Amino acid sequence: MRHIISMLLENEPGALSRVVGLFSQRNFNIETLNVAPTDDPTLSRLTVTTHGDERIIEQITKHLNRLIDVVKLVDLTEGAHIERELMLVKVKAQGSARDEVKRTADIFRAQIVDVTPSVYTVQITGDATKMDAFLQAVTPLGVLEVARTGVSGIARGDKVLSL
Amino acid sequence: MIARFLKDEGVEYIYGYPGGAALHIYDALFRQDDVKHILVRHEQAATHMADGYARASGKPGVVLVTSGPGATNAVTGIATAYMDSIPMVVLCGQVASHLIGEDAFQETDIVGVTRPIVKHSFSIRHPSDIPTVLKKAFYIASSGRPGPVVIDIPKDMTAPTERYEYVYPRKVKLRSYNPVSRGHTGQIRKAVDLMMSARRPVIFAGGGVITGRASEALTALAHRLNIPVITSLMGLGAFPQNDPQSLGWPGMHGSYESNMAMHHSDLVLGVGVRFDDRVTNNVNRFCPDARIVHIDVDPSSISKTVHADVPIVGAADHVLNEMLNQIGQRTEAQEPLDEWWETINAWRDERRGKLYEPAAAGEPLKPQQVVEAVHRATHGDAYVVTDVGQHQMFAAQYYKFNQPNRWVSSSGLGTMGYGLPAAMGIKLNYPDEHVVLFTGEGSFQMMMQELSTCKQFGIPVKIVNLNNASLGMVRQWQDLNYKSRHAHSYMESLPDFEKLIEAYGFKAITVSTAEQLEPALEEAFRSKDELVFLDIHVDPREHVYPMQVPQGAMCDMLLSKTERT
Repeated sequence: MRHIISMLLENEPGALSRVVGLFSQRNFNIETLNVAPTDDPTLSRLTVTTHGDERIIEQITKHLNRLIDVVKLVDLTEGAHIERELMLVKVKAQGSARDEVKRTADIFRAQIVDVTPSVYTVQITGDATKMDAFLQAVTPLGVLEVARTGVSGIARGDKVLSL
Repeated sequence: MIARFLKDEGVEYIYGYPGGAALHIYDALFRQDDVKHILVRHEQAATHMADGYARASGKPGVVLVTSGPGATNAVTGIATAYMDSIPMVVLCGQVASHLIGEDAFQETDIVGVTRPIVKHSFSIRHPSDIPTVLKKAFYIASSGRPGPVVIDIPKDMTAPTERYEYVYPRKVKLRSYNPVSRGHTGQIRKAVDLMMSARRPVIFAGGGVITGRASEALTALAHRLNIPVITSLMGLGAFPQNDPQSLGWPGMHGSYESNMAMHHSDLVLGVGVRFDDRVTNNVNRFCPDARIVHIDVDPSSISKTVHADVPIVGAADHVLNEMLNQIGQRTEAQEPLDEWWETINAWRDERRGKLYEPAAAGEPLKPQQVVEAVHRATHGDAYVVTDVGQHQMFAAQYYKFNQPNRWVSSSGLGTMGYGLPAAMGIKLNYPDEHVVLFTGEGSFQMMMQELSTCKQFGIPVKIVNLNNASLGMVRQWQDLNYKSRHAHSYMESLPDFEKLIEAYGFKAITVSTAEQLEPALEEAFRSKDELVFLDIHVDPREHVYPMQVPQGAMCDMLLSKTERT
């Protein structure tokens, strides 16, 4: 099953490599990875999506917690949560396809953020399935380049991940 | 600043080797007398010396090496300590900050290289950080589940021209590191319920009992409930082996009765163990009827290989004492264990006197009988260090340990060459004790340059070289799995060990017959102040038994060359 694990990490050089290294070292898989500083400059928030059965996910969270640089950790998939990703896609936009790209972008509530006579750059946000659906829709029109941020997430309700 | 900190931290010895990037630190050490430095002949030996000391004393061993090759040579020793959860602090010189990343002379990203084999690592970024970082390193290395900590120190951080105020930090706090100590009372209650009602329980105690100084509590609990005790290889000595409740150690080459008892048990109380593959054999066939209670200070050890029915995260000492406490308050009677003990004693009787065949007259000595003779000669209370291979298993099987911290061996990583320097680290700190190294001619030759260190600093260890002129354990596997095709498991061109040892100014005795053994041991163990090397020629055809059958359950064992369960 797919899990979204989010953690607060000491904002120190080498901290990220410890997290990433752990995954390869213990033969766990990383599907997406997203990391940036938080409102507290000494902390980064790192979100990783991974696949595994209950036993593997338990091992992943335990081993992550064991890292000294990991301050706090939550498996967002355990409760109600919001999951977002941002994707930038360059799509061929010539002839009849030009209108089709625009229409598809509108349907997905995406925005066209850059325009040339032959290419539209589309920005879209949502969960991973929405990204996949949009890509599927525009692939026949000619996708030139894809940049995805990886998943970021937060729990619904009053629950917060903080110190 | 580093020298002053080490003194304030109470460090008596550090083990190391100088080089360019560490010279400021070496100069500071030269100008003081409190912290004594032991110059090894290879950095790997420095880490093993620190490791041996740490296992015998429970305190972190300290290593000092230079950048680049100095640090990479230390890697095997760091990995050895990591696998066996041994507290160690490794100070590595590094090229000056402005050169980092430029492939400067003797530059290695040692923090990167050691990342998967350390508990944590630090890079010093400002000289004024040194005392706090060192304090954190000692704290992390020795608390919770211990392990090695590496500190990378760029040369400019220790420049003597720059002066900073030094204050010894008595305590440090880390917001992201709070090792647990107390176990969960409710979980402990569940475990006690199971222990009171089990018909075939076993206690399985590991290195965590020794690290956590919980041997007394463990012994009290075992006696209170009359439960048989099996210790892992790392846990040898956690429970006295001369106690009738001791069944020895389990696993690949474990005792027949311990493997049988564990396999047929209905409750395994695991304390400070990690259920590693050398114990469980095929994990899918592990203890089919048993509920598992697993006590460990490290949550990630629990349910890693074997699912724990009752996981208890906590320090062994606290959890075991709380169990005793709760048992004391119980009114219900414990399930009687007489039948279980009858079964166990029958297993014991089955193999009594059949463990190996002592050498007949004129035949080469058996390694097992040598270990037994050393046990007698040292009255069973020496510090026993081993290298890795058949001799290691024979030492573990035939030397009986009644105290914790006396058995010192690279169990997890299985590092050949570990033994001599580890023995040296212990002898240096415990000069009034016998420190015996069991080694083989293969392992010994990996670290024999350290005889020179023994000479320089006067470290009189006793070396028992079980010389079978072959890499015995490899040879055994080749006999069993490769139709005796001995690919590179033989040792031709061995040195004349007597001459070699004498070249360093030490005494060597060669033993090739049973009659020579006792007098040689008597001579070797007469004094504690003399290094003696016993080159004992043993039967190269001997195998280590019992031996678990690959992919089998714990109870599937070869018992000799002709018998199996």
